Amino acid sequence: MMSEMIVDIRDLYVNFNIYEGVTRVLNGVNFRVAKGEKVGLIGEAGCGKTTTVKSIMKILQMPPAEVMGGEIYLEGLDVLKMSQRDLQMMRRKTVSMIFQDPTAALNPVFKVGDQIGDIIKYNQLALGNKISKEEIHEKTVQVLKEVQMPDPERLMNSYPIQLSGGMRQRISIAMALVSATNLLIADEPGTNLDVTIQDQVLRLLGDLVEDRGTSIILISHALGAVKGLVDRVYVMYAGSMVEAANTEDLFSDPLHPYTKALFKAVPKLTGGGIPMGIPGRIPNYLSPPTGCRFNPRCSHAKPECRENAPPFYQVGDGHEVACYLYGGQ
Amino acid sequence: MNIKKYVAYRLISSFFVLFGLSLLIFSLSRLVPGDPARLALGPMAPQWAVDKLRAQLHLDEPVYIQYIYWVTNVFRGDLGQSLVTRRGVFNDIFEFFPATFELVIFSVILSTSLAIILGVTSGKYANSLWDNIVRVTSYVGIAIPSFVWAIMSVFIFGYLLRWFPTLGRLSSGVVMPTKVTGLLLVDSLIAGRLGVFRDAFYHMILPGTSLVISRLAQEARITRASVVENLHKDYIMAARSFGIPERTITLKYLLKPSLIPTVAIMGMDIAGSMGGSFIVETIFNWPGLGRYGMSAMLSNDINAIVGVVMLIGVFFAFMNILVDLITAYLDPRIMMKLRGG
Amino acid sequence: MNTELMKERWRRNWYKFSRNPLSILGLAVVLAIILIAIFADFFAPYPEHAFVFVDFKNAKRPPCWQYLCGTDMAGRDILSRIFFGFRYSLVMAVSVLSVATPPGVLLGLVAGYMRDTWVDIAIMRVADVFLSVPSMVLALAVCSMLEPTLYNAMLAVTVMWWPWYTRLVYGAASSIKNEYFVQAAEVTGASTFHILFGEIFPNCLSTIFTKMTLDVGWVILIGSTLSFVGLGAQPPTPDLGTMVSDGSKYIPAQWWISLFPALFIVVIILGFNLLGDGVRDMLAGD
Repeated sequence: MMSEMIVDIRDLYVNFNIYEGVTRVLNGVNFRVAKGEKVGLIGEAGCGKTTTVKSIMKILQMPPAEVMGGEIYLEGLDVLKMSQRDLQMMRRKTVSMIFQDPTAALNPVFKVGDQIGDIIKYNQLALGNKISKEEIHEKTVQVLKEVQMPDPERLMNSYPIQLSGGMRQRISIAMALVSATNLLIADEPGTNLDVTIQDQVLRLLGDLVEDRGTSIILISHALGAVKGLVDRVYVMYAGSMVEAANTEDLFSDPLHPYTKALFKAVPKLTGGGIPMGIPGRIPNYLSPPTGCRFNPRCSHAKPECRENAPPFYQVGDGHEVACYLYGGQ
Repeated sequence: MNIKKYVAYRLISSFFVLFGLSLLIFSLSRLVPGDPARLALGPMAPQWAVDKLRAQLHLDEPVYIQYIYWVTNVFRGDLGQSLVTRRGVFNDIFEFFPATFELVIFSVILSTSLAIILGVTSGKYANSLWDNIVRVTSYVGIAIPSFVWAIMSVFIFGYLLRWFPTLGRLSSGVVMPTKVTGLLLVDSLIAGRLGVFRDAFYHMILPGTSLVISRLAQEARITRASVVENLHKDYIMAARSFGIPERTITLKYLLKPSLIPTVAIMGMDIAGSMGGSFIVETIFNWPGLGRYGMSAMLSNDINAIVGVVMLIGVFFAFMNILVDLITAYLDPRIMMKLRGG
Repeated sequence: MNTELMKERWRRNWYKFSRNPLSILGLAVVLAIILIAIFADFFAPYPEHAFVFVDFKNAKRPPCWQYLCGTDMAGRDILSRIFFGFRYSLVMAVSVLSVATPPGVLLGLVAGYMRDTWVDIAIMRVADVFLSVPSMVLALAVCSMLEPTLYNAMLAVTVMWWPWYTRLVYGAASSIKNEYFVQAAEVTGASTFHILFGEIFPNCLSTIFTKMTLDVGWVILIGSTLSFVGLGAQPPTPDLGTMVSDGSKYIPAQWWISLFPALFIVVIILGFNLLGDGVRDMLAGD
């Protein structure tokens, strides 16, 4: 079972030591991605999605972040125990990440070609090839073509500020593609773009991972996009996974009260009126509620919900939910 | 293409500003209480000689007529005659400028490079012991006026430790290299005289550091602040996530954006050093424009004062344009702005 | 009025200020200097040494218990003279800033509000002229054309100081003028006077105040430099710059005559810089 998993996070706890005190952000995250699987990760802003995926690559800023417990297995190896050298190798050739805001993720004072070139150089080094300037150039052109950029030569000589938002997004995808042989993490790609371009970007991303057989973790607010792109979806709330299921199952039969509320909150073109929001707000991580962190906002909350966090219950084929409502089944 | 337009625009506006400066400094110089001609000739000179000099300098005419005379002469390359040296101010400036130029450029290069090294190392390892040492030292450094550092360094490094000479550009007995550029470091190399180069270099250390001590500390702080700010940018984390070595990240992806604020204030630094050179050159008996200007000011040599101030204005304007272009070259965001408007 | 709110605000400001121990140090140094300057007669061991005093028997004494910083060529206690010197430094800073700031701010407000009109162009070009040479050069030039007195040195520094405020306020005012509250005031027909002083000016205050505290150190630096070269206060006035310059003739044998005043110049400027940084952090993002 484990050998098939490319990512296997077990009971991960991460705190942030900030000025006001200690925020307990990740609260026992369990998260698995199989080889070649396309996984979506959804949840409200600030629920710890980005923290979870950043910890896979061990690129959380530490301090202020601190791993309090748990294991992160990447292709069977514990990331938290990896040597610096192995980490570098892993980042250069196995996993890479598309950051939330492509404008911030591109260095403003270096040419696009230069930035992609460096990634190619170290990727090839990790694969054991010493590669010439001409080859780097060639490969840069190639990867830019892959993300459907017209006129790659001109583009390579541009600075990020000279490009449109959509182009910057494609460039950051191109950068990630270079070193993402086995796993690509996409943190809300295209969120800052307008809807049509966002759609194009997501389609492109879907096609690229399909062709290469790469696993992908797609974080998104756009539930519709997630629906069309991924095989399996994890729903996250306030630092832990509350539900995981195959995409169709989840959308047709959401079980966790939070998931249900989340789906209800999405405005529908066909529906009438303004959708219901979820009453209350994400808890303060400085003093989160005990037990299930959703209990203050949950209409089904029982005393046991306030005492202990519910474990994952298996309900049906690969459908897991962390809620006592399903404990009896 | 538009860069040329930008430079042209800057040159033209500098020209108008310098014109304004000449009006300001010229009229101030003619408001001096006392008679410059009498001051120049001394109290013993006969009245007719003083009158003759007054007429010769057009001092007996209204200020605006004097200004017209002055401007017409400026366009002929004539800044008038120094009342003290009795030579053309232009010739004097031409003679004294290289020494100051050499000192200022030396000290600005010294301070900028030191500041970058200090700022980057302390910013990269923020809150380490080294960082705290640099921070406290730079706080103190900012508060040291040039003349204070000059006096202290002469005492400590000149007299107590005897590391560096404290007067002039060369030790007595050392023959000046053949004048090519007027910059001793350059001329001595051209002449192939390394001993002279070394001597000239040693002579520059104390006045050079005095000129920039406070700005060096200021720049180190600015560099540190921008390193700390950029260290947490997404693009640094992204570079790390692609497995780019930490060395390359620091020396390439972190260094360049962090340098921009430091480079951008280099124009101000050069200006500040020019201002400081008046005092520092006087203390170290450095035969440059600053000492010349200072003695002109102390002896009410109005033509020389106006000439020196104008020259510094011109130099300052050019340096600012140059530094802005360098900054734009380093930072494509600024370049885009220039191209846009 | 709303005393609770004011109290709360002060409490928060103090909290932000006191987070950095260096700011507290700066405040302490500045308070000490102000107290010593005001009560110099009381603090100085030999107040009669401040001005004209001759005691050749005790001239050029190195630092000792009797004279903590030694005595100068006329036998005057250097520490006492330094204490009186604080007065001149502070007077310099306070008068320059209080005279230069109002016109500088006013011109900046007007130019910023009337951006891209001939008023803006006229004011800002004149400011540019004053900023086209290093401040020190202009101050020296102006000073040299006047009688060398402390008063004229202050005048010279004031003349070159106002354009910095004009430029600062110009930048702030020309962006604030596009804010909705200013546009709202314009639409409701408020007078230009009201818009300038009722709407824009209050929003520039913290910027101006921050710059003023940070500037105190610079004014003292330039002032002491002017008197160092002999274009400021004249002997026997106990001015720190003058003392450094007079004493420098006796280096290295009687180093204390010039080094102690020099050291205290650094202490004053350091104190005000630390305080100014604290104030900036306190008012930032408010």
